[in-house]
Amino acid sequence: MTYVDTAVGRGDLESDLAHSIPRRTLGYAEGDLASKRIVVGFGFWVFLISDIIMFSAFFAAYVVLVDNTAGGPNGRELFNLTSVALETGCLLTSSFACGVASIGARLRSNVWFHGAMAATFVLGAAFLTLEVRELGGLVAQGDGPTRSAFLSAFFALVGCHGLHISVGLLWLLTMVAQVYAKGYRADIMRRNLCFSLFWHALDIVWVALFTVVYLVGMRQ
Amino acid sequence: MWGKLSWAAIPFDQPIPLITSIVVIVVILAVLIWVTVKGWVPYLWREWITSVDHKRIGIMYIVLAMVMLLRGFSDAIMMRSQQALAFNSGGYLPPEHYDQIFSAHGTLMILFVAMPFVIGLMNFVVPLQLGIRDVAFPTLNSVGFWLTATGALLVNLSLFIGVFARTGWLPYPPLSELTYSPDVGVDYYLWSLEISGVGTLVAAINLITTVLKLHAPGMTYMRMPMFCWTTLASSLMIVAAFPILTATLAMLLLDRYLGFHFFTNEGGGNVMMFMNLIWAWGHPEVYILVLPAFGIYSEVVSTFSGKPLFGYRSMVAATMVICILSFMVWLHHFFTMGAGGDINAIFGIASMIIAVPTGVKIFNWLFTMYGGRVVYSTPMLWSIGFMVTFVIGGMTGVLLAVPPADFVLHESLFQVAHFHNVIIGGVLFGAFAGYTYWFPKAFGFRLHEGLGKASFWCWIIGFYVAFMPLYIVGLMGMTRRMQHYDVPEWRPWMIIAAGGAAIILLGIVLQIAQLVVSIRRREELRDVTGDPWNGRSLEWATPSPPPGFNFATPPVVEDDNVYWGQKQRALQRGRLAEEPAYADIEMPKNTATGFVCAFFATFMGFALIWHIWWMVGVAAIGAYATFVAFAWRDIDEYVIPAETVARIDRANRSAREAALEQRQAAL
Repeated sequence: MTYVDTAVGRGDLESDLAHSIPRRTLGYAEGDLASKRIVVGFGFWVFLISDIIMFSAFFAAYVVLVDNTAGGPNGRELFNLTSVALETGCLLTSSFACGVASIGARLRSNVWFHGAMAATFVLGAAFLTLEVRELGGLVAQGDGPTRSAFLSAFFALVGCHGLHISVGLLWLLTMVAQVYAKGYRADIMRRNLCFSLFWHALDIVWVALFTVVYLVGMRQ
Repeated sequence: MWGKLSWAAIPFDQPIPLITSIVVIVVILAVLIWVTVKGWVPYLWREWITSVDHKRIGIMYIVLAMVMLLRGFSDAIMMRSQQALAFNSGGYLPPEHYDQIFSAHGTLMILFVAMPFVIGLMNFVVPLQLGIRDVAFPTLNSVGFWLTATGALLVNLSLFIGVFARTGWLPYPPLSELTYSPDVGVDYYLWSLEISGVGTLVAAINLITTVLKLHAPGMTYMRMPMFCWTTLASSLMIVAAFPILTATLAMLLLDRYLGFHFFTNEGGGNVMMFMNLIWAWGHPEVYILVLPAFGIYSEVVSTFSGKPLFGYRSMVAATMVICILSFMVWLHHFFTMGAGGDINAIFGIASMIIAVPTGVKIFNWLFTMYGGRVVYSTPMLWSIGFMVTFVIGGMTGVLLAVPPADFVLHESLFQVAHFHNVIIGGVLFGAFAGYTYWFPKAFGFRLHEGLGKASFWCWIIGFYVAFMPLYIVGLMGMTRRMQHYDVPEWRPWMIIAAGGAAIILLGIVLQIAQLVVSIRRREELRDVTGDPWNGRSLEWATPSPPPGFNFATPPVVEDDNVYWGQKQRALQRGRLAEEPAYADIEMPKNTATGFVCAFFATFMGFALIWHIWWMVGVAAIGAYATFVAFAWRDIDEYVIPAETVARIDRANRSAREAALEQRQAAL
């Protein structure tokens, strides 16, 4: 298995480490069962599906309640597209950086891995700061989630995504610390695979959120 | 410092919850002291609490379910006796207490009895049937179990500290909003379900990955036993449905804690959105429960008829069709919402269509029995009892699916009788069938047949005596959840129903007696060969109880009904297959992660319920630290040397050889 194969995700990372850690699963011979990396990746995909279904419930609630402004402002009056565009830019670039970090990990390059993870963190934190500022501003001007059902659904949907980003940032720091302390061990790389899947999935959710909430909201 | 918590939260003025909680606390303390005095704590810690073995975790799920069944059933006894007494009088339970009892009864029975029971059986059986050594994520499995236990603990804590919800098993707003339920009852409900819901989701992800990614060489999808298929279907539904529950309850929490307006009367909230969301989870939930039970019946009927399952492929198709259709019928829970004739008609027809795949299954089981040499063992009795009872429950369900009929019967005791008919007759009978069927596999000895049969007859007769009257009073117009009433025509039926509950109580007593007697007589009930029922699937190829690694060498799957085929070939050859070459086995190491994480989750849930914010923070940090500690460990597997494996497997082989010789002599 060459690095090229692993870099594009075709190979099994653990084959690099076949001597130190066996890639066998539950004591079965190689080939009898799917490798641990496949199993972990698959399981995490199933988790992501469940997470996206949870988001879909918040999306559904938002769409149902979007016109229930209870005499308060609607999205068009509240949204600041410049800030949202900046947030989107930060998040998408952060996702790209996260992808670079995965390649860096596969190449066992400390510079690329840690550098790209740092970029991922900074961009993710910038997204979060902008978002908190936007939501905090709304609360300060009296248009918080208690104002109307529309704002409740808006705060819950955006807040749920923001909460995911916060958890992701904590995970990222833990991940980096782990690689720093223990190196590119097979089990740690499996976790890193899950982390990058998680981070990219949050991007996809954001694209949906940007479209359904902000773009459609501005057309009202 | 302690949020809303004060001494007023403990019900000193209400004798029933106070005495019950004191008894429960005394019993728990007595058990803890007994276990400590006997010196069993290290054993329990090492072999059970920190175990990541799917079999141990499965057994713990089932123990949890059975303990909760006792609690849920005592609620049922109280409701039945209250309604038998409360004619033109207040009965003995004040309304605010009665309302908590029916809410707790439903919540416990569905989420902490039926769910852990089926998840426990799936956990125990599926890796054995697939021919593998554990589930895909053993540690996560332990986390899932302990989070479920946390949820159950929080619900029961409400008996002693504070109150439980008075809003029914589904907390419909606006009643469940802060305005109308200002105390902690609904919060107990919400946080218990949020926490145990995470546990359930984790269990389902684990089982899906296990079934789809890990099976013994040659175990193709169409060779998997039916129970694996229903496990897959049920787990897929959990992954699709439980996140909706999590989100919906989170919305209600936001309403209650932060003044949001999802479901409030004011601020533009939409109450009916709650009904839609909760039933988008709630309807699949009933199929999540019943599909594994269908899988159990399939295994039991085929084993005790001595035949392969009739129409295996149609059974797989029916299971997957139910899996999809169950997401398309949620609106039949509130036809009275007023969505209009067209929409009600569509959902009514969809609800009737779902009876078709279920009917396919019933016929498959009947045809499996047809021409077979049926052994009327206890699991088989539960299965036949199920077929009769479930058909009745299914037909009343189809009746309720007719919108005009539903307008009359909605929220009546007819509806209560219907869902007890399908859940007791479908899920609980299946759980009991599975319990009796796989008990020897788990513990190495069979359960006493005579007491098992006696218990079955008490359950089924008690069920009909308790619930057929509810159909009748439902048709007479009695609504559900009545604390008292003044219609003389209902009275006799309520008394009969209470009698039925007493017969079921006898059935439960007999089940406990069965367990005690079986443990005492375990030597004469010993299962030496690991195959007490002449089984067909791979779990019967392992010793009873199976060793931690289940299979000494990966079983080779050459046909469906794998183990049956192996036995037939052995009979033809006159000997077992050649002894395999044994090798070292790596197995996942024990970890306290699940237990410690649930420990913090319990505190977090409790603190959130009582608004003790500092404790929420401490518990969150604790849970995070637990995961980091887990992630930091360097050795996650231990090795079982080949000699140990060989010793265990040879003992099993010699028992099987003896059994084979017996069979040949008999032939």
